[in-house]
Amino acid sequence: MNVKDEIRSFVVENFLFGDAGELTDDSSFIREGIVDSTGILQLVAYLQEHYQVAVTDEELIPENLDSVQRVAAFVEGKRSGVPCADSEG
Amino acid sequence: MTTTKGFSPEVLRLDPQCEADRICARIRELMRNQVKRGGVVVALSGGIDSSVTAALSVRALGRERVIALEMPERHSARETLALSGKVAGALGIATIVEDISGILQSVGFYEKYDNAVRMVVPEYGDGWASKIVISGVASQPRFTSFYLVTQNAQQVQSTVRLPLQPYLEIVAATNFKQRIRKMLEYYHADRLNYAVAGTPNRLEYDQGFFVKLGDGAADIKPIAHLYKSQVYQLAEFLGIPEEIRSRKPTTDTYSLAQGQDEFYFSLPYQMMDLCLYARNNNVTAESTAAVLGLEPQQVRMVFRDIDTKRKTTRYLHLPPLLVEEVEWE
Repeated sequence: MNVKDEIRSFVVENFLFGDAGELTDDSSFIREGIVDSTGILQLVAYLQEHYQVAVTDEELIPENLDSVQRVAAFVEGKRSGVPCADSEG
Repeated sequence: MTTTKGFSPEVLRLDPQCEADRICARIRELMRNQVKRGGVVVALSGGIDSSVTAALSVRALGRERVIALEMPERHSARETLALSGKVAGALGIATIVEDISGILQSVGFYEKYDNAVRMVVPEYGDGWASKIVISGVASQPRFTSFYLVTQNAQQVQSTVRLPLQPYLEIVAATNFKQRIRKMLEYYHADRLNYAVAGTPNRLEYDQGFFVKLGDGAADIKPIAHLYKSQVYQLAEFLGIPEEIRSRKPTTDTYSLAQGQDEFYFSLPYQMMDLCLYARNNNVTAESTAAVLGLEPQQVRMVFRDIDTKRKTTRYLHLPPLLVEEVEWE
């Protein structure tokens, strides 16, 4: 599985009880009510454990974490050393 | 969205006498037709909401039908008991003091809480104090994240972002306080054949700022429709002592003093009230921002936070859910 598939699988298993329903790679976790603030903590813990990716305070923003696509891009960016979006703009 | 002409803090101005009369009539009606108990128990915290709830209950039912419960514990602010006592005295109602430290000790609260804090601050121990705060929703477009503030015996504070498990452990342990208090409210209500009056204001009720089966539990909630600013207006009308009316709202839950706007709401209550009113009445972010002295983008973030909290705390309001409807007359 590539990173995007792994993230998608994590979200489906942990937040949707195995039923992907209408989840797309671009579905907003927050707008669609898939993940709340505790869920974001869960996602961050997963990224830390599974990919050894630490998420800084400034990186805790929707641009990095609010869809399967965005999380996958964030992880890949962090792993390759490409600067990620942060709240400082 | 439409701009609401005339949007200003004045939209929350109410006629206190008229509103107090309306609430009291409704309390009597609910007690007579649905609750069918002889009076109410109100947990007094020394804060504005419980003081106003008690005062309205007295006005509605008579002081002999209202019992105040004061339930301090080891971490309660020192002034809590004095303030709640002052309110009870002013209202002329009987009080019962239940120090819940012993019960909290028995269920292992203090140990569980300290162990959870030590997951992120291993040196945490005797003489230390702590609280949880959130990141400022209105200042940056970030997800809410939770921070633990600790203070050592030398009064030196430090802050660390909370990972998932310590956060859950700390909140789960802390919720013992609200649930134990509610258990005692119902104990006294049952032995007196009374009901329990809950004390949430509209901000707390709407935004899910309560513990399910803890402070969220009650038979009636007389001020749940009132914005916090309106609760203060009623407090003045009802003669709640000035010390309580001028006190900054706190959660009185953690060993370090914690403002409600540090832990849950993204702005002080005066501003949150207006943002919630604006959200409820289709006032634009631009009009709201102009009144509050904020940037429209900040107000849009607060609006988004209001919507998110409504969605994510919806389950707190739900009764136990059934597989299929069970009907009865």
